[in-house]
Amino acid sequence: MPEPLIDPEAPQPMGIVERLTRDDSERKRFLKMVGGAGAASFGAFVLAACGSSSSSSKTTATTAATAPAKTGTASASGDLAIANYALTLEWLETTFYERVVSAGLFKGAVGSLIADFARQEASHVQALQALIKQFGGKPVSRPKATFPIDSATQVAKLAYTVENLGAAAYLGQAANIQSPTVLAAALSIHSVEARHAATLGTLVYPGAGQVNTAITPDGAFGKPADMATVLAAVKPFLA
Amino acid sequence: MSTENLVHPELAGVEVHGMSRASFIMRGALAAGAVYGVGAVSPFVGSALAQTSTGDVDILNYALTLEYLETDFYQVKGASLKLSGLARAYAKDFGAEEAAHVAAIAEAIKDLGGTPVAMPKFSFPVTDQASFLKLASTVENLGVSAYNGAAPMISSKEVLGAAGTIVQVEARHAAAINLLIGLSPTPTQGFDVPKSKSQVLAAATPLIA
Repeated sequence: MPEPLIDPEAPQPMGIVERLTRDDSERKRFLKMVGGAGAASFGAFVLAACGSSSSSSKTTATTAATAPAKTGTASASGDLAIANYALTLEWLETTFYERVVSAGLFKGAVGSLIADFARQEASHVQALQALIKQFGGKPVSRPKATFPIDSATQVAKLAYTVENLGAAAYLGQAANIQSPTVLAAALSIHSVEARHAATLGTLVYPGAGQVNTAITPDGAFGKPADMATVLAAVKPFLA
Repeated sequence: MSTENLVHPELAGVEVHGMSRASFIMRGALAAGAVYGVGAVSPFVGSALAQTSTGDVDILNYALTLEYLETDFYQVKGASLKLSGLARAYAKDFGAEEAAHVAAIAEAIKDLGGTPVAMPKFSFPVTDQASFLKLASTVENLGVSAYNGAAPMISSKEVLGAAGTIVQVEARHAAAINLLIGLSPTPTQGFDVPKSKSQVLAAATPLIA
């Protein structure tokens, strides 16, 4: 059985003093992102600098939304690659929840939450497939996957890990998305993955004493994960 | 975008109108920095910021107002009530996280050459734990809709990425509060529905004294 993607047993600073200290480092991380002038940000700067000089580049959001089939540009292919990457993750989540639901490990209120999440992940798959087709791309097919499904506790922990990873994956791509339509869609899914993660967190880490671990394991600012990190983390589940 | 072929009409609801982001990002020149090198592009940076920072500063100040509201709600109103159990723990932890958002956004606004708005006075119509949690749910879910609605209008990739790190936490708060009061943690199912600035401000205005 593969190790969990993130160690759910990892110690979390819980004290108020520790948390304030950590908040300060989180604040710095945020500022680094905001003020960062890394190589990746120069593209955006250059584009902005040139924004008003070339009429051929005046692609408005409306144009992007109504004529998304315009392919061959770096932006369209980049967004399609990101959308297919997201679709791969949504397929994995969908397969995972399908097996959890059919294993019948959860009853009552928790069982109905899990069933909701299963339907919602499947709706993400359908929405991304439609979006990819609409933008002239070809949606990836469902990958073969295998997940350890042993007990309710183990599955809840794995689900918590998978959902946190999903949220981090969307967050890691948000700023790379160029079409506002694709971005808006990704954002509307991203926050739902975060809601799933927090909900599962309250099941796995119940009680007032571990609120941070359960709900906001990254603290005040969600931590993004890049594609390589995410793909390495899900590799053990790809059959 | 045409909604005919969409399996999920919810996605049509997240369509964005008249946003400036695409006008400079859709140009496919993201590799410019790599081609010309950092030195070659740095002269553009100043003028780029001059062109884009006003919009981003406005959006950040809008976000700052909402974060002030959340912070005051948890830290001042929450402290004035006799909260217990998870409600007390959430008010404390979420309040500290909202305060971290306030500090970070104010700093980001200054970095972009803007001036952070002052904190308005708030008035929260809550008298006990139940009404406090109910309003907490409203406010947190509103925060998610606000960020998701504003984010596609952000010009700077860095500001956009930073806004994403915050909306994720607002969504986590919203889910936890909803669960606590017996509401669905995913009130709009698989897709969070964004709200425009005017929709959000209309909802928040009654809370501003």
